[in-house]
Amino acid sequence: MSSSAEHVLSVKNLKKKLGKTMIIKGISFDIYAGEIFGFLGPNGSGKTTTIRMLVDLIRPTEGTVTVCGLDVHKQHTEALKLMGSIVENPEMYPYMTGWENLEHFARMVPGIGQDRIQEVVDIVGMHNRIHDKVKNYSLGMRQRLGIAQALLGKPKLLIMDEPTNGLDPQGIKELREFIRRLANEGMSLFISSHLLSEIQLMCDRVAIISHGEVIAVGRVDELLEQSTGKVLIHVDSHEKTMQVLESFNGLEVAEAEEIEMAELMRIPNTTILAVRMDMAEIAQLNHALVVAGVNVFAIQVKKPSLEELFLNLTGGESID
Amino acid sequence: MTSLYPLVKNEVLKILKKKRFLVVILVLAALIPIFTYAQLKVAQNLQEQFGSTDWKLETQQRITDYTNRLGSARVPEEWKKYMMVQVQQLQYYLDKDINPQSPNGVTFTRGFLSETVSLFVPLLVLAIASDLVSGERSGGTIKMLLTRPVKRWRILASKLIALTMFVSLIIIMTIVLAYLISGSVFGYGGWDMPVLTGFQVDGTEVNTAYVHAIDQWLFLIMQGGLAWFSAMAVACLALMVSVLVRSTAASIVIMMASIIAGLILANIASSWESAKYLFMVNLDLPDYLTGQLPPIEGMTLPFSMTILAIWAIGSLIVSFGVFTKQDILN
Repeated sequence: MSSSAEHVLSVKNLKKKLGKTMIIKGISFDIYAGEIFGFLGPNGSGKTTTIRMLVDLIRPTEGTVTVCGLDVHKQHTEALKLMGSIVENPEMYPYMTGWENLEHFARMVPGIGQDRIQEVVDIVGMHNRIHDKVKNYSLGMRQRLGIAQALLGKPKLLIMDEPTNGLDPQGIKELREFIRRLANEGMSLFISSHLLSEIQLMCDRVAIISHGEVIAVGRVDELLEQSTGKVLIHVDSHEKTMQVLESFNGLEVAEAEEIEMAELMRIPNTTILAVRMDMAEIAQLNHALVVAGVNVFAIQVKKPSLEELFLNLTGGESID
Repeated sequence: MTSLYPLVKNEVLKILKKKRFLVVILVLAALIPIFTYAQLKVAQNLQEQFGSTDWKLETQQRITDYTNRLGSARVPEEWKKYMMVQVQQLQYYLDKDINPQSPNGVTFTRGFLSETVSLFVPLLVLAIASDLVSGERSGGTIKMLLTRPVKRWRILASKLIALTMFVSLIIIMTIVLAYLISGSVFGYGGWDMPVLTGFQVDGTEVNTAYVHAIDQWLFLIMQGGLAWFSAMAVACLALMVSVLVRSTAASIVIMMASIIAGLILANIASSWESAKYLFMVNLDLPDYLTGQLPPIEGMTLPFSMTILAIWAIGSLIVSFGVFTKQDILN
């Protein structure tokens, strides 16, 4: 109890076997009070299966999930009282209004009255549409209603699965501020995403998962320090540039992503190369290119991102 | 520990808000007038045929009719058995001076209930029961439902209690609507009309030793109780299928197919004796009250009730066992 009490959520050696295949191969991590914890992995890496085990929708083959020291399976009722969750899409009863949906879920927890429902409606800012039928809601509205539902029981831990799905950029920004506010009030948040930039902007710590295994856990900034950045070089001759690059040591030509290319102005008959290298050598490289007669239009340093880190860790498995 | 009451309230509200019960009422309100009209036509036809409204003449005519057909070599053996039983019963009614088909609202209701219990009432029950769990799964709401601080068996129990309430309501509404609608044509009387019950069919002989007359209102209550019993058996089975199958459509098709199979079996399988252990041939409980020839030899009211109870309890055990343990994968 003493060690697990400071952890709001503690996941130990979680495994799940479906049929003959092991989908989750021993996941462990802890979440502390008031922290925003990111859970990052490509689609199909086992994120949702793990989340379902966290909330006792799926029974793990091995391992335990404890919330404030309570086992979610053995002490189902007590443990789930401390959690609020949205697993995948926030699906509610479409034939009822938002308010009726909240009343429905409030009835399932003792001691939640009309005043608490009003409170969560105000928190997510839905008072205008709350008495409309859910089937007439946009996905963004449903997300808000989902959050309202998850907050009903004043949880210590809020679990959100891909919360930015279906939100416009403004909505995502609002959600980010909202999540930060909840964390500042002492709530712990568990946020899964396949979007690295989201996790990077939102979370304090992150666990990166691939093929049912956690491949890295830590503070986002610390993890990023391990990663080498990418440099985009905009030149006229692909061939000559490659010759110059080969003369540098410890340098690796990487594939430039379409999205990165789009950031640069394209000039006809030119090429963009992406290179992983030590930042200190950029000036030298530029000099060498000029000496070799290559016309350099731009050299851009990409800040290291979780994406790079992810590619480093998984050895190039793609993530979208 | 939360009490079950708010959970049951949730389930009842969901059934009402989905407008499933409204559909049931509308179907009843649309069908009963059709049957009432058909019944009226039959009565008018008979009157034209015999030129009188004397029920004794009419009953005597029916007995003669059956007896004539019994003499024909072309009539299958099973039909002959059925007709011999009918003849003996009609004769008994005639001897006791009781009109078995007195035209009034209560008699219509009695007839309607015994005709609908094997197919129509189960269909109405399925309209409510089939998507109780599968609907939550296909709608994705099961994830929110099962991540509450409530044990899973309590959630299923609340669904079962709500279902029991609606099955009872369906039987009550069938009786009430049939009486109100047909009564406007046939009159609202007939509550204290005597009805004979206690016929025991033994082979082709009707044993009248235990036959006694009871008031029709009491008969209707007994009939309603038996109809409720068989409807509950269907409800428990439908709940199990709804737990096991993810799609509501598939769940309805599975249940309808087995109930219709029961109807067909009841007509053709009188020589396949072990078919009597299937639930679907045992649904017609009210028929035992009037002493109809059972579909398969050896079937009695206590036998059928036991079979239905075993099936119902078995499906509840499976439902709770699976629902409390199953992984919710999507």
